[in-house]
Amino acid sequence: MIQTLSFYLFAGLMIASALMVITSRNPVHSVLWLILAFFNAAGLMVLVGAEFIAMLLVIVYVGAVAVLFLFVVMMLNIDFAALRAGFVKNFPLGLLVALILFLELFVGLVAWSAGGVELGTPDGSGAAPLGANNIEAIGALLYGRYIFLFEVAGIILLVAMIGAIVLTHRQRPDGTRARQDIGKQVRRRPEDATVMKQPGVGQGVEL
Amino acid sequence: MTEFFGQWMPYEWAWFLATISGILLIALPLMLAVAMIIYVDRKVWAAINLRRGPNVVGPFGLLQSFADGLKVFLQETIIPSAANKGIFILAPIVTFTVALAAWAVIPFDAGVVLADINVGLLYILAISSLSVYGVVMAGWASNSKYPFFSAMRSAAQMISYEVSIGFILICVVLWAGSFNLSEIVEGQRGHGLGFVNGYWFNLLLFPIWVVFFISSLAETARVPFDLTEAESELVAGYQTEYSSMSFALFWLGEYANILLMCSLNTLLFFGGWLPPVDWAPLYYVPGIIWFLGKTFLFFFMFSWVMATVPRYRYDQLMRLGWKVFLPMSLIFVVLISGYLMATGHFGGQLG
Repeated sequence: MIQTLSFYLFAGLMIASALMVITSRNPVHSVLWLILAFFNAAGLMVLVGAEFIAMLLVIVYVGAVAVLFLFVVMMLNIDFAALRAGFVKNFPLGLLVALILFLELFVGLVAWSAGGVELGTPDGSGAAPLGANNIEAIGALLYGRYIFLFEVAGIILLVAMIGAIVLTHRQRPDGTRARQDIGKQVRRRPEDATVMKQPGVGQGVEL
Repeated sequence: MTEFFGQWMPYEWAWFLATISGILLIALPLMLAVAMIIYVDRKVWAAINLRRGPNVVGPFGLLQSFADGLKVFLQETIIPSAANKGIFILAPIVTFTVALAAWAVIPFDAGVVLADINVGLLYILAISSLSVYGVVMAGWASNSKYPFFSAMRSAAQMISYEVSIGFILICVVLWAGSFNLSEIVEGQRGHGLGFVNGYWFNLLLFPIWVVFFISSLAETARVPFDLTEAESELVAGYQTEYSSMSFALFWLGEYANILLMCSLNTLLFFGGWLPPVDWAPLYYVPGIIWFLGKTFLFFFMFSWVMATVPRYRYDQLMRLGWKVFLPMSLIFVVLISGYLMATGHFGGQLG
């Protein structure tokens, strides 16, 4: 009962906020609605007994990705009129994407009605019967059976990270930009930087 | 508590009532603690600056925070006409709610915890990564330059330090073999030389505690990392346009977050509700006393730092986060997992 209710609550809120993401005029509002959608997705994950994935969803998507979205959207000074001007031009593309999404959903629904993958039932009885808890089960799979794929994914991410650094890093010629040498600053003592003087009356201080 | 209510009503209602009263039992004392801890904070700064601090309202000025609260409550709520109204009102609510929500998984004593979930530490990480939204929304919705600068600074700062905090938590999780906060605390029993409770004297974990303490200062935007509300540059940062209760909610949320970070220091490195030494007579003292005492000690360190250390410059803050703490915590993840692999010492069962 309560499971069904919370499922419909999460699912309904998720669809509603996903609709608001694409319909709201202000892009910042869109991002905030997107965050709400992520939250409800996390709630659904908890409902099927995947609390680890739910937490990762919140940490990675809400905590990092959406913050970056928000950051960029807030910094940009967006001209709302210009955004809507391209509606007719982009309409065929949008239609194509919608068609593909619809087909995917359709195929998925057909597969489901043909007795698809059993994940979990509303009362939780169908949840994966693992002896260990979520984290231990995922860890055992990830670092046991899929260790090779996991390492490959890690290397790909490492290459992407190094690539991003290489692309954005520019060696500026000396003198064009002030550089801070922390070690040099720490080594500096008061004696090197200041002079104590007791000037007499009417005398100046020689610097 | 569910059994207690279960005497009179069916299980579902008993569970519901027990959870609601559990939430109230945490949230109300927490609000009281926040009010008193603000007083303590001001008294500590005053003592360090050789001043008297609040001493007028009530005996020893004990009621100062309540007087401030009442004053703020009676003020008029001003919403700037150019502000984005909905988000402007939502921002302090988000800050406050998020600050309270994280307390759901904090164990105050053995078994005294609202939600004893397996992913407790991840939950805290998830919730604390949300706290940036309150600030960013406030800064943007105010539609004013200073709050916006502050929001940008805060977003960058919190993300930077969250990375190293994540790695530090990984070290503790590796050592304890669990994400559950109660199990992490239990793992610290008699951990050092067989009789000292806690991870703090461990040569591998002590350095990362220092990093964690400094990172928690940065995560809660306390001095020396309070660039989000640097009053000499940004008026009051993201709170500039706020007044009345919406301002008070920021204030309460901020201090609830600070207390949360203090209790995390206690739970992860200093043995939580366990007495400092594994000696039978000390266990007669209730665990919650040890927990609150240690948390208070860390809060004292927070205000001590606030009263003595000057503010960082922004580039220094970023350098410390990315070039010092991140490599250091990464190296410690490698070191600790290497040590655990070499000695075969694992807290968990799967090792």
